Amino acid sequence: MAIERREFLRRLGAGALAGALPASVLAQNGSGARLVVVGGGFAGATCARYLKRWAPGAEVVLVEAAAEFVACPMSNRVIGGTMSTRDLTRSHDTLASRHGVRVVRDTVTSVNAGARQIALARGGAMSYDRLVLAPGIDFAYDSLPGLEGAAAQEKVLHAWKAGQQTHDLRRRLGALPEGGVFAMHIPQAPFRCPPGPYERACLVASALRRSNPRAKVLVFDANPDVLAKKDLFLDAFRTRYKSMIEYVPNAGFERMDAAGGELRFDVQAGIKADLWNVIPPQRAGIIARKSGLANVDQRWCEVDFLTYESRVAPYVHIIGDSVASAPGLPKSAHMANQQAKVCAAAIAALLAGRPVSDEPIVANTCYSFVNEKEAIHVAGVYHYDAGKRTMVGVPGAGGLSAAPSSEEGFMAVAWIFNILNDTLG
Amino acid sequence: MQNCVSAVLLAAGLGLSFPLLAQDDHKAEAWASACFACHGPDGRSDGGMPALAGQSADGIYRALIDFKSGKRAATVMHRHAQGYSDEQLRRIADVLGVASN
Repeated sequence: MAIERREFLRRLGAGALAGALPASVLAQNGSGARLVVVGGGFAGATCARYLKRWAPGAEVVLVEAAAEFVACPMSNRVIGGTMSTRDLTRSHDTLASRHGVRVVRDTVTSVNAGARQIALARGGAMSYDRLVLAPGIDFAYDSLPGLEGAAAQEKVLHAWKAGQQTHDLRRRLGALPEGGVFAMHIPQAPFRCPPGPYERACLVASALRRSNPRAKVLVFDANPDVLAKKDLFLDAFRTRYKSMIEYVPNAGFERMDAAGGELRFDVQAGIKADLWNVIPPQRAGIIARKSGLANVDQRWCEVDFLTYESRVAPYVHIIGDSVASAPGLPKSAHMANQQAKVCAAAIAALLAGRPVSDEPIVANTCYSFVNEKEAIHVAGVYHYDAGKRTMVGVPGAGGLSAAPSSEEGFMAVAWIFNILNDTLG
Repeated sequence: MQNCVSAVLLAAGLGLSFPLLAQDDHKAEAWASACFACHGPDGRSDGGMPALAGQSADGIYRALIDFKSGKRAATVMHRHAQGYSDEQLRRIADVLGVASN
């Protein structure tokens, strides 16, 4: 019976019975609707793929400017010299060739939510029945005095969107003078990948220990404490990298002298370093802010966690790092993947006239390396709380590794390949 | 199969609810898709995490219950399994797995 049902649905989806079914039934598979997804990263590409799966009759369009996607998770290993960006790079072509998504290489310049239309940089407009924005993050350089200009930003890299800057930081690290100082600044939360800066400190120190053992790694954190995997990272800093890493909390950015390599702080003396890496404060991707969707502190987009529909613009959904996260939920690739699926399932239900699931569940798994081989994880499962209209962690389902292990290092590498396959495989 | 289709067509034609689609467990299908982030699309893992594709629904359910109770050791699955009720795990396993009979 179950197999018969699946076979029937498959044939229904494939349109094999189309001629025999009334229009009301056809609408069940999204037929006639155009769903436009903007942004081809972990959130957007996954959403496009699962929209096509769950609403196979709909036209699913992905608008993305880049031909390839370079994943951020594991990119600290590229900086540390133990992974290649080739392993982290995937084409968007599979979405078209294998999954029936129409991929348009362009940039959305504006959203007209009233008319349900987007404008494209190469000209022309596109109408939609539902729009999903997954524009990732934008850097708030306007809040970093001394780093507003392109020349200063070229001098002081972020390497917080994987790609050219990842390579450049790796190269500059290799050219650090013997016994030189690498320094990084971490912005106030929230930002993409809360454990990422601390992993970067470990992997930079690990790489320098091999090539430049007298070098120092200074970590200045605008936050009062390590934001994620705290005890595990602090333990790594104090034991594994005892004479190399110095961690300084409560270090608010005041002004960068990019040419002179000096960062001044709000409460302490300025620090000079041979190589600076400043992770800028972050906010929702440009198109989300430009479209008036970033209604939380003018930075993040408030959504209905049942559908990921914007709280300010109907028929516009937002997923991934641009979302104003529920308390305690990180901006991670894994969360983006999960949000994309909840959003796709909700849109498919809305198109079919079915009720949207009132019990969405999202999970997070996030691995960080502490050296070339050993990794630690944090995991969590989150349910929808109807009273609070937010996602809440399930007690007992969250937690951290007891200690770094090479077994988890192996699982971390398996994770990136599997999630990339789920996104663009 | 023929009877199935006829029943659906009849129900749809009369403007009644769509019994087969309503029975299909969309909620659990969305829950199960969460697993693919680590276990690969449709459970086809490239390695590391075990492949779920082709495993029996009962086997997956037993594994999930054993992870949840701590009977079976894991790096992260003991945490994830605790995020779901037994009934939710059963429905997820039914979506992911192959019927045993």
